[in-house]
Amino acid sequence: MEILILFLPLIASIIAGFFGKLIGDKNSEYVTSGLVSISALLSISVLYRVITNQYEENIVIATWINSGSLDVNWSMLIDPLSAVMLVVVTSVSSLVHIYSIGYMSHDPHKPRFMAYLSLFTFAMLMLVTSDNFIQLFFGWEGVGLCSYFLIGFWFKKESANAAAIKAFVVNRVGDFGFALGIFLIFYLFGTVNYSEVFQQIPTVVDKNLLFLGFEVKAIDLVCLLLFIGAMGKSAQILLHTWLPDAMEGPTPVSALIHAATMVTAGVFLVVRCSPIYEYSPLILNLITIVGMTTAFFAATVALVQTDIKKIIAYSTCSQLGYMFFAVGVGAYNVAMFHLFTHAFFKALLFLGAGSVIHAFKDEQNINNMGGVWKKLPYTYVLMIIGTLALTGFPFLSGFYSKDAIIEFAYLKGNTTGYYAAGIGIFTALLTSIYSWRLIFKTFHGKYNNQKINIEETHESPLIMLIPLIILSLGAIFAGFLFKDLFVGHGGENYFWAESIKFLKPLSVEHPPTWFLFLTPSLVLLSIPIAYYLFVKNKEMPTQIANINKPLYNFLVNKWYFDELYEVIFIKPCKKIGLFLWKFCDNKLIDGFGPDGISSFIKKCSIKASKFQSGFIYQYAFIMLLGFSALLTFLIIK
Amino acid sequence: MTEIGLGHYLTLSAIIFSIGIIGIFLNRKNIIVILMSIELILLAVNINLVAFSIFLGDITGQVFTLFILTVAAAEAAIGLAIIVVYYRNSGTIRVEEIDQLKG
Repeated sequence: MEILILFLPLIASIIAGFFGKLIGDKNSEYVTSGLVSISALLSISVLYRVITNQYEENIVIATWINSGSLDVNWSMLIDPLSAVMLVVVTSVSSLVHIYSIGYMSHDPHKPRFMAYLSLFTFAMLMLVTSDNFIQLFFGWEGVGLCSYFLIGFWFKKESANAAAIKAFVVNRVGDFGFALGIFLIFYLFGTVNYSEVFQQIPTVVDKNLLFLGFEVKAIDLVCLLLFIGAMGKSAQILLHTWLPDAMEGPTPVSALIHAATMVTAGVFLVVRCSPIYEYSPLILNLITIVGMTTAFFAATVALVQTDIKKIIAYSTCSQLGYMFFAVGVGAYNVAMFHLFTHAFFKALLFLGAGSVIHAFKDEQNINNMGGVWKKLPYTYVLMIIGTLALTGFPFLSGFYSKDAIIEFAYLKGNTTGYYAAGIGIFTALLTSIYSWRLIFKTFHGKYNNQKINIEETHESPLIMLIPLIILSLGAIFAGFLFKDLFVGHGGENYFWAESIKFLKPLSVEHPPTWFLFLTPSLVLLSIPIAYYLFVKNKEMPTQIANINKPLYNFLVNKWYFDELYEVIFIKPCKKIGLFLWKFCDNKLIDGFGPDGISSFIKKCSIKASKFQSGFIYQYAFIMLLGFSALLTFLIIK
Repeated sequence: MTEIGLGHYLTLSAIIFSIGIIGIFLNRKNIIVILMSIELILLAVNINLVAFSIFLGDITGQVFTLFILTVAAAEAAIGLAIIVVYYRNSGTIRVEEIDQLKG
């Protein structure tokens, strides 16, 4: 059954990808959606068994690499951590498959799209179920590849191709670190299997290594390198630039890959490696700082963006930051909890945004929307649910997970912890403001679109709304239902069992009451503020922007990261590339190599062909000369 | 009057051979002249063979001459046939204009 979960998406992908033309658009959509949905149902049953029976297993599908001491299996590791990921991946994926049937209805390449989605699901499942670093890396690259395919799905769009390449290249930076990390693990432990590596961790705690001329602790280095990989995939600050650009892809892709599943792979990696990270407080602190900076940075940028998908993309970036600082303060289970709830409400928001974009016939600028909440009642309500869940409105899923993160950061009790909690609360406020800005600008106020008449905007078809409704149920109840299971304090039937390791048990105290009420009240307070700013008194945001022009520009330009990278990396790289291409390759290698030799031979043969006059008597004369020369030679000899 | 010996025959054949060769090279007009020159060369060889045959008292040389005469006749026939066909195709048998034999 577990093997079916893994292979159904692959089969679906093969059918739609290779036989899509044969079986037609409709059938390939039904086949992929159907098979992935079955896989989702099976995953849910696996999670149920894991919860009720503490079911754990490592199913070896095949021996993959067996060379010397390197022994890698292709396997399916079922434990609480991977079971949760299985459910997140397959359920969001199946809903996105179904939603795509409606969203992509005008697209000419449906089978290809569905094949990519299913292939992505397969790669992601490979990633989460692996029991060793190599298979993890395989899945990791697989999802990266599918992400590249899907961002560049509309390959006729220049910007989509550029975004796809950007995503791929930025991810390479992270993957380079990740690969080095795996090499180092193999060097240190002689194995890449989780269980064996984790067992040996205590033996290398005091080991030092010489790295780039510095004496560092081996364990810190392993953690750092793995974290660099996670930063790339999860779009943490410095390596985040690809995520907003990735919104060039179709919206269902943004929901599946760039919100719910692939970008959380980094968080998953760090949580999976908790037995390593627990021994490296230095890197954990670094993770906290990176996570908190990302959360704050992305939230500030989201405040001023005008593209509906980019706002949500920065919001994703920000929430990933939350997950990382949860990991950083050692609350791995809380990070997983936030990952779980975030998948639902962020997929909901993205698909809702897709529904809005669909209604406006591919308009993404929120300044060109407004006033359509009566025309799109279902989308409106569902988006509100998503927003409430995201902002952490009391008793919705985001409330439980996000507040838990802030609480655990506070309970950590050291400087970074307090600092992280403070930033976390402030970011929660920002999150709330930009989310409501999106809602108000999109659905309220005056209708602002010149291109199409308000009468032409229409509610999405049922096939798009049903996945939204299911996701909204997740967004409402996931937090409440799974709170005790995921972040419940200690106890007999501790859910995560061996899959997450805590060196010191998490603090079981409760933060002071005023602290518990701080975030929700700020979130509640921000709704009327946002309403006032973006609906009632529309002049005021413009005025604020005008007064703080430099700050505003700083935010609109996303902290000038792209420009900075342009100057530091891209331009020199382009110059080096041009030099290598124009001079080294064209002039040196081609000049003396293939081109040079061929032109030399051509010249020689032109000369040689002059001998060929075509006159028989000349040929005969030459023959005679040669013959007499030969004879003379033989006689003289 | 000196007796005519082997040397004379060889000289004669060498002269005829040379005329043949020169006929091939210096001829710019007509391709039939080349055919005739080839005949001359073959005859020069025949004279050589017969002269040596007599000189050495070995009949093989004369037998060979007969063979060569036969081959020369066949060759002349084929050569003339080729020239006829060539003339039909290109309308000329002037040596200067036959320069197709090149890449």
